[in-house]
Amino acid sequence: MAKQLLISLRITFILLLLVSGVYPLVVWGISQVAFKHQANGSLIRNAQGQVIGSELLAQGFTKPEYFHPRPSAAGNGYDPTASGGTNLGPTSDKLINGVHKKDLSPGKPDPADFDGVADLAKAYRTENGLAATTRVPVDAVTRSASGLDPQISPANAQIQVARVAKARGLSEEAIRGLIAENTSGRGLGVLGEPAVNVLKLNLALDAAKK
Amino acid sequence: MTFIGWFQILLFLGAILALTKPFGTFMHRVFEGEKTWLTPILRPVERVIYKIGGVKEDEEMPWTTYTIAMLLFSIVTLVVTYVILRFQAFLPWYDKTYMTTPMTPDLAFGTAVSFATNTNWQAYTGENTMSYFSQMVALTSHNFFSAATGIAIAIALVRGLGRRSALSIGNFWVDLTRTTLYVLLPLCIVYALVLCQQGVVQNFHPYGTVKTLEGASQVIPGGPFASQEAIKMLGTNGGGPFNANSAHPLENPTALTDFLQVLSIFLIGASLVYTFGLYVGNTKQGWALWGAMAFLFAIGVSVAYIQEARGNPLIAATGVEDKASVLGDSGGNMEGKETRFGIARSALFATVTTDASCGAVNSMHDSFTPLGGLVPMANMMTGEVIFGGVGAGLYGMLMYAILAVFIAGLMVGRTPEYLGKKIEAFEIKMAMLAALVLAADVLLFTALASVSHVPHPAAYWNTVSGTANALASANTNNSGPHGFSEMLYAYDSTTANNGSAFGGISVNTPFWNLTQGISMLVGRFLMIVPLLAIAGSMVKKKRVAASAGTFPTDTPLFAGLLIGVVIIVGALTYFPAVSLGPVVEHFLMHSGKTF
Repeated sequence: MAKQLLISLRITFILLLLVSGVYPLVVWGISQVAFKHQANGSLIRNAQGQVIGSELLAQGFTKPEYFHPRPSAAGNGYDPTASGGTNLGPTSDKLINGVHKKDLSPGKPDPADFDGVADLAKAYRTENGLAATTRVPVDAVTRSASGLDPQISPANAQIQVARVAKARGLSEEAIRGLIAENTSGRGLGVLGEPAVNVLKLNLALDAAKK
Repeated sequence: MTFIGWFQILLFLGAILALTKPFGTFMHRVFEGEKTWLTPILRPVERVIYKIGGVKEDEEMPWTTYTIAMLLFSIVTLVVTYVILRFQAFLPWYDKTYMTTPMTPDLAFGTAVSFATNTNWQAYTGENTMSYFSQMVALTSHNFFSAATGIAIAIALVRGLGRRSALSIGNFWVDLTRTTLYVLLPLCIVYALVLCQQGVVQNFHPYGTVKTLEGASQVIPGGPFASQEAIKMLGTNGGGPFNANSAHPLENPTALTDFLQVLSIFLIGASLVYTFGLYVGNTKQGWALWGAMAFLFAIGVSVAYIQEARGNPLIAATGVEDKASVLGDSGGNMEGKETRFGIARSALFATVTTDASCGAVNSMHDSFTPLGGLVPMANMMTGEVIFGGVGAGLYGMLMYAILAVFIAGLMVGRTPEYLGKKIEAFEIKMAMLAALVLAADVLLFTALASVSHVPHPAAYWNTVSGTANALASANTNNSGPHGFSEMLYAYDSTTANNGSAFGGISVNTPFWNLTQGISMLVGRFLMIVPLLAIAGSMVKKKRVAASAGTFPTDTPLFAGLLIGVVIIVGALTYFPAVSLGPVVEHFLMHSGKTF
């Protein structure tokens, strides 16, 4: 027993050095040379060279001239220090019927102040000038698992085209072209779903304006 | 449901099938100390480890010494992790601005137990609790250790079944070292680099704040996480650096990484089944188990995919499109799912992660439809034997195989045999002990949490965001049957050493950390110790020649019987509890009721 205890202390020490020291540092060393951009968080810079975010992390957009991401449950929205989903179940009244209250005292979020799916769908229709009977793409009114989903479905992007075109004075055709450029297809042709990167698309829109 | 969705599921199963034999053969060579292509590079390292450790390589152990070595190693590493976590504020890369969750003794205990038992249940939010040092040293090391321990035990049990009239079942330290060195590390290095190439971070930069395009400020985290992510998946650990786990774009950035992640969950578990066949001298014995596992996997993934693709009628009623559209939008229940994965990959991941004892998630199980969420729950209730956790899946399935031959023996009135060895009262008692203890732990703790008041004062035992909850059940995020499901899932997950969650429930309080910690210890060690006892008893037995009355265990008939035993003994024990949760919620959802 004492012999085995001694071995376990010594083995723990040497293996710890190997799997928590050598291994991550080897991966770090190689990746900092070979995949520097990705290893450091896939950061995006604006025309002035300032870092404005990561192409993998969603940012909040509310202005009509930008495409809007999916709603977020990460912290107070799109907060990478508190990633996560709503964790509300399929029969949650809050998830379906929660209503956004506008008259809250500042800085004191009411836990009941939550946009349910019905409320989000209504806002989405108003924002994009859709009829009350138009069916809304499901990803536009549901929160992602991470709260940082950088992408939206192509269907969701197409519906937002008219609003963005009007706000920017650009042709819908030009915007559709930019959507196509910022859409990633299925991995290896079969894996996952096609999706549009919102931040990259919005950056492309800003660049197109000039 | 789409054709391409089903195709992705088939592609995954095909890839596992293709990898089982080559990788299983490789592991057999490693554990028997035979030469592999890695030997010239790694053999010197292996010798150094034995020298420093004081391990005599060719010294074999009886099952009792093997068990003691395994338990001591688990305790030592558990203590190391606890100490690092408690002192993380004084160790490198600790940024107190962002580490807002205090590392209390109960949280450090729960977390250390959770990683030592290969559960990786996380009561905390990684990005605001754990420093890079804690992630890289305290947690990543356990991802290797608990995985290697599980594999070592499976190999020991298999030796017990394969050898005859022997006393020893191998050397724990040698099995542990070889697993780490030859199986886990080389794969992890390659895998981590692929993940990194796709966008998983691997740096030591402190969190930085940027000004977004619309002028808000956003914090961008970093961390040495590609290396952690690789072993998190390959070792079926599942505890990711970020709260959103494999749904987080910095952990699982593309559909390709997602494909590799599900593949790496099953790779070792499936291949070990073939290794088992090689050890007992008949690979058909291994394929019979493989077939039973694949069948149970197929049922689970089909139910999950169908249910999630059908969507939530309550959401559809608000005028939301939940049918697949020509534009490529996958429709279905997208609450708590990522756009790049869609429904098929989310359902596949949820099934695979709970078939195995992984517990990583790429979507929020809490927001699944009731029957979609039942699939992960039921998978864990089988004891995670559907390919299963690394090592744990195989030894769990062998426990069921022993029960299956026993039941077959009862039906024809003969002494049951498995692999030419007589199964006697001792083996059955040990197998039933493991099966019953797990079920009792899940059900009793769920009952306790559902009805009981926490000990007085509630302010100490159970305070969530400033509110002292006198009822343990008040910590759920949902009301009605779904709230009960959250608690059932919690104890199911910890007892099965899975670690995934119906994540809405708040479990970072002393009451929950401690009861969950106990569940994890019971689930791990009251499973392993009886199984090592079986190994110790079986290894001594003589092999009897097969006769006309022997029930063959390498046939589809046996695989069918095994499936029946897994479902009846494993999952049906929980039927009443499941009826109160997901089943009743399913009917209420379709009748339009909300809570």
